[in-house]
Amino acid sequence: MKKAVLEVENLVVQYGQISAVQGVNLTVNENELVTVIGANGAGKTSTLNAMMGLVPAASGEIRYKGESLLHMPVEKRPSMGIAFSPEGRRVFGPLSVRDNLRVGGNSLPASQVDGRIDEMVERFPILGERLQQAAGTLSGGEQQMLAIARALMISPDFLILDEPSLGLAPIVVAQVFELIAELHAEGVAILLVEQNVRKSLAIADRAYVMELGRFVREGAADELAADPSIENSYLGAA
Amino acid sequence: MDLFLQFLVSVLSLGGVYALLALGLSTVFGLLGFLNFAHGDLMTICGYGLYFMLAAGFGFVPAATLALALAALAAVLMERLAFRPLRGRNPMTLLITSFALSLALHVSFQIFISPKPKPIPVPEFLSGYFTIGEIFISRAQVIAIVVSVLSLVLLNLFVNRTRLGVALRAAAADFDVARAFGVKANQVIAIAFALSGLLAGLAALVWISQRGAVFPTMGLTPMVKALIAVIIGGLSNPRGALLGGFMLGLLEAGFLFTLPDSLVLYRDALVLLVLILFLMFRPNGLIATNPEPMR
Ligand SMILES: Nc1ncnc2c1ncn2[C@@H]1O[C@H](COP(=O)(O)OP(=O)(O)O)[C@@H](O)[C@H]1O
Ligand SMILES: [Mg+2]
Repeated sequence: MKKAVLEVENLVVQYGQISAVQGVNLTVNENELVTVIGANGAGKTSTLNAMMGLVPAASGEIRYKGESLLHMPVEKRPSMGIAFSPEGRRVFGPLSVRDNLRVGGNSLPASQVDGRIDEMVERFPILGERLQQAAGTLSGGEQQMLAIARALMISPDFLILDEPSLGLAPIVVAQVFELIAELHAEGVAILLVEQNVRKSLAIADRAYVMELGRFVREGAADELAADPSIENSYLGAA
Repeated sequence: MDLFLQFLVSVLSLGGVYALLALGLSTVFGLLGFLNFAHGDLMTICGYGLYFMLAAGFGFVPAATLALALAALAAVLMERLAFRPLRGRNPMTLLITSFALSLALHVSFQIFISPKPKPIPVPEFLSGYFTIGEIFISRAQVIAIVVSVLSLVLLNLFVNRTRLGVALRAAAADFDVARAFGVKANQVIAIAFALSGLLAGLAALVWISQRGAVFPTMGLTPMVKALIAVIIGGLSNPRGALLGGFMLGLLEAGFLFTLPDSLVLYRDALVLLVLILFLMFRPNGLIATNPEPMR
């Protein structure tokens, strides 16, 4: 029996009258790479933001390693081992690359931060060359690498990635997916939200398909990838 | 040459104070997206703190230190009591709250302390002049420059070198994401207010040492100047605030040194005229990085 890292039950997220997420159930187990795919506006980001505590859940339950996150302040999550790379990267633009990484390590003991930055530089050599540069001046791909490196500073148990390939050149997209597969192989539990359906199904263990605030399909990633209806809705034109 | 030196001292001493105030304003603005109109009143609080400590028999330096601490504390309390309950509301709500707070403070000072100015005896080392050859330079101005520059250097070290300082800048860039990495919202906001109080207090000490009195609306004029400085420099951006402060110092000193005596009276009006012209061409200030700041 696999152990669940994250369990979401009947999650509802509302913005005023709009119900962006309408009763979603989702599980991510240890060592598992789970992807949520779906068109723009389906409610994927809202689901993630509710997990992070950045938007309130109107109802439902979110548990991390058995503990409810519903009333947990946002800032407690990193010390529980949860790391986040938000949609649109959102690096701290005016801050240097090094300072972005320092903030990533904000919940670590101060004495460990520099050592972790060195490890990140080893993993992401492009960042090493630009440690003093303002993050806002990096290219989109470099910013995405920084956003992931910033999240990896705490050596997370559970990594949440919101559309990491959005707006990147094809070569960089391939690098990003390679990196995610690597992290998966290292045993990090990952929840990956993507619109690049083919690539995310190719590296994921399981997948959920989201439409209009609901999960309409779920299953093993390879089965969904082979499913003709998914092929038609999400893979056809791409 | 002599005149130039005196001019330079004027620019730097005026500009330094405006920069201190403007930085305090922009620190809070960068984080919470509203201009704290009660910022100038933190100067007044520092001034009264100084007055009462001196009256209680403290020496000038310990009294000034305590007054600074009081200004920082007052700023933190201001946030805790007036702004935190409104956190996340429209910045306009916070702006109006700060207006109300400022008025309430003015009235309280008038009722509970005195509507009249309270004299503050300026110590020997702050009054009088340095003479360099033929020229006289006011000690208070020199101290103003030293205090401003030193404070700015220390502030710079704090925000760039310390963990809290970096967290503060990250939160100003993207509050939600900073929180997601464990930056505690209440903590950085308290730090930002404490810093703004400290900066206002330093500005007050410099201001008072050149004028020798504190009164209920003392903070009003410098607050308006600081506003002009942040508008020139660009809101929510510390470098802009700094630049705006010194630009304003340059402008004022420029008018002071070049206008004939009969017109010096109108220099504030001229400064505002220049501001209007400036805004017609650069509505977002000199450094417009973030015209739509975070909540
Ligand atoms: N802050 C917000 N306020 C109001 N509506 C929002 C907000 N964020 C998202 N929405 C709406 O919620 C729905 C889901 O959006 P989102 O979660 O961003 O979807 P996705 O990430 O799948 O593109 C959309 O209709 C969007 O317009
Ligand atoms: Mg999204």
